[in-house]
Amino acid sequence: MDRLDHLESQSIFILREAYARLDPLSMLWSLGKDSNVMVWLARKAFFGRVPFPVVLLDTGNELDEVYAFRDEYVKTWDLNYINAECPALEETDPTLPLNSRQAARKTLGLKRIIADRGFQGIFLGIRRDEQAVRGKERVFSPRDESGTWDYKDQPAEFWDQYKTEIPPDAHLRIHPLLAWTEVDIWRYIQRERIPVVPLYFARDGWRYRSLGEKDITRPIRSDASTIEEIIAELETTRQPERAGRTMDHDSEDAFERLRASGYM
Amino acid sequence: MTDISVNPAPRELLKLVVVGHVDHGKSTLVGRLLYDTDALPDGKLEELQAISAKRGMALEWSFVLDSFQAERDQAVTIDTTQIRFKTDKRDYVIIDAPGHREFLKNMVSGAAEADAAVLVIDAAEGVREQSRRHGYLLHLLGVRQVAVVVNKMDLVDHDQARFAEVAREVTEYLAGIGVEPAAILPIAARDGANVANSSPELSWFEGPRLLEMLDRFQSVTRPGLQPLRLPIQDVYHFDERRILVGRVESGVLRAGDTVLFSPSNKTARVRSLEAWNAEPPLEAHAGQSVGLTLEEQLFLERGEVMSHEQRPPQLTNVFKSTLFWLGRGTLEPGQKLTAKLGTARYPVEVVAIEQTIDTDSLERRSGESLQRNGIGEAVLRSRALMAVDESQALPHSGRFVLLDGLDLVGGGLISMEGYPDQRSVMQVRASNVFSVEHGVSREERWSRSGHKGGVIWLTGLSGAGKSTLAMALERLLFERGYQVYVLDGDNVRRGLNANLGFSPKDRAENIRRVGEAAALFADSGAVCITAFISPYQSDRDRARAATERLVPGSFHEIHVAADLATCEQRDPKGLYKKARAGKIADFTGVSAPYEPPRDPDFVVDTDALSIEDGVAQLLEFCRSRIAFDPPKNR
Repeated sequence: MDRLDHLESQSIFILREAYARLDPLSMLWSLGKDSNVMVWLARKAFFGRVPFPVVLLDTGNELDEVYAFRDEYVKTWDLNYINAECPALEETDPTLPLNSRQAARKTLGLKRIIADRGFQGIFLGIRRDEQAVRGKERVFSPRDESGTWDYKDQPAEFWDQYKTEIPPDAHLRIHPLLAWTEVDIWRYIQRERIPVVPLYFARDGWRYRSLGEKDITRPIRSDASTIEEIIAELETTRQPERAGRTMDHDSEDAFERLRASGYM
Repeated sequence: MTDISVNPAPRELLKLVVVGHVDHGKSTLVGRLLYDTDALPDGKLEELQAISAKRGMALEWSFVLDSFQAERDQAVTIDTTQIRFKTDKRDYVIIDAPGHREFLKNMVSGAAEADAAVLVIDAAEGVREQSRRHGYLLHLLGVRQVAVVVNKMDLVDHDQARFAEVAREVTEYLAGIGVEPAAILPIAARDGANVANSSPELSWFEGPRLLEMLDRFQSVTRPGLQPLRLPIQDVYHFDERRILVGRVESGVLRAGDTVLFSPSNKTARVRSLEAWNAEPPLEAHAGQSVGLTLEEQLFLERGEVMSHEQRPPQLTNVFKSTLFWLGRGTLEPGQKLTAKLGTARYPVEVVAIEQTIDTDSLERRSGESLQRNGIGEAVLRSRALMAVDESQALPHSGRFVLLDGLDLVGGGLISMEGYPDQRSVMQVRASNVFSVEHGVSREERWSRSGHKGGVIWLTGLSGAGKSTLAMALERLLFERGYQVYVLDGDNVRRGLNANLGFSPKDRAENIRRVGEAAALFADSGAVCITAFISPYQSDRDRARAATERLVPGSFHEIHVAADLATCEQRDPKGLYKKARAGKIADFTGVSAPYEPPRDPDFVVDTDALSIEDGVAQLLEFCRSRIAFDPPKNR
């Protein structure tokens, strides 16, 4: 088994553990490369189907190509799709910086859909290498009824024994891709021929490395127009992946505050 | 297109945990490793310099890891974090574990998945409490490759003698727990001395630099030569296939293999391995998540362990373990917890804490309880048979974690030394769902419930006290751990016998059905108490026959005796009054006969005894008749 085989096997193990122990479940499908890999792994784990709904936290502000991708693959992959509309900016915490408030709309949308549907577990495609704060995450990460992440008192997690017992009204965030890196994701997309939004590939010297909403995501300078070129670029880059995500850089602790209050 | 650019193959990844006493410089070492291997993202160094300057400090490498506001303020690492770097040879992910004692669960969470460990020891302070403790835990968690770095050599003037002293100290301790360090190196992480580059001050040291040492570690793979273990995670019926899924923890599984499931002790043949969007594989190796179908339609659930017939796991309901306790209170005998072994869950009880282990002195003391964050040896017992392995032989299936309510409160390694494998006492093998023959033997049922199944048949006049005795007896047996249930007119007439009236024929049929139902309870291993007048000996004899046919010797006819006058005076439901008034036809004792048992197994005289005394006598009788002593092995 090579590195990708190990990662794939571990992620499938995680998906199946959650499916065996938690009901109802759902998966956040942001339509980015990571969540497409996650949907793909679910199809592998469950032999061609995704036996729970996939949820887009929709601000109405995604890039056009993202919506086009969604419309196509809801059909192609036969997904049970939930479009979770996010509350308006005015409903977010006014003390957060503006870009973070855009992101906080998703936090509110997520809380609302979890409360509405009573989800016990929700899969998220976050990775430890994306962002230092996410590096602290557990694979099965409990959240109380308000969605708060108690990062100072996380449950022990070892020997692949995950926390699946939670009080009523709490839920679990499950992170099947936590151990993957950005390059792992692209290598797996390459190996499995997983479709992705075309915005990742360079046009006229620009490409998106990370996809967020229209107003708060910027493309990076790049000539990488194929998966091979993207992998080659990532093997040598010194730019952090989320450099184009403005919400991360509002202040020293902006992302940490977002996450503690329930952001993905 | 002829220009096909091919990326080099994915690189090997080694998971490294860094442990050691608080303030011995773990985070500093990690920060320095990242700097030396050019792994800091652009701008990170400047950011660090800025933050350090803002706080009026010299450049603090440990800030690299301290990405939480709270941590920076306290200047300690709160939780495990993971950071990556690469050498020419391969990629690394560092799991940084905190040194604070109360953060043991985080250290355990980080260290358990590591391929290798670096134990950091302050050259000036030497081996301290947590240095020893972490060393011990590494061993317990199964991390076998350990490099020791004696850090802050700059603070002891790079003194060779001091290094030798600390090295001796740590070697001695690790030898005591059976760990042989791969190397012991002097370094000064802050200056980068002997981390990536050699340093003139440490030129007396002839061993490798730390990075060279790390490259010598092996990445751990699950061994394929060990016996097959595949804990079943789930059974899917998404389409016409019935697919069992799980991960091969050790060994190799091939399509066509005959496999054994434990603890159910069923066998089957593997029809196929299943895959989506790929050719179905012919074999699956340790570490692979698989799906498979069987030739036989067995009823199987999550928690069963698949193995080959040769070298199966052991079956037991008791084992000894070396365990670490993370719970908030102390762990004591009698405590009831849930053990998770692989995908199985078993309610267990702590039978005894045999020893506590002082990780500082390695002293073993006889103990009666384990304090929070303590390590010791405990005996755990479960009512159900568990499939287990010796942790020494099969680490992945020889370990377990403990749950207390919602929380994971400990982990341990299994030892079966001194306990017999109970597979030998199991009788029935390989049964399938279409067969009427039970796959569970009577002895297995009795062994689990701790008593035999049986029927306690109370007969007597209306008002003699049958229901009162039955309910009181049920309560007492239940509280003593018996599986027990009362059948009486109330619960039987409502459903099972709802179509029956009170004609003589219907009354006879009522008793016949109660007799059959009670027999099934007895056969299932439960104690069934019935409370019916059942006035005719022939009806009671038929009920006895029904039970004896299934479970010989387990029907107990109890005469609840009281004079008619007493019963009529008690008349709890006002029935005698109605019968005397001619409103109830064929009322036993008034307008229909009662045949006292010819040869009762026991008589409770409710004329002479209080209810309490009557129940106490009955309880003693029952306990003597339904006690079960499992066959002893050896």
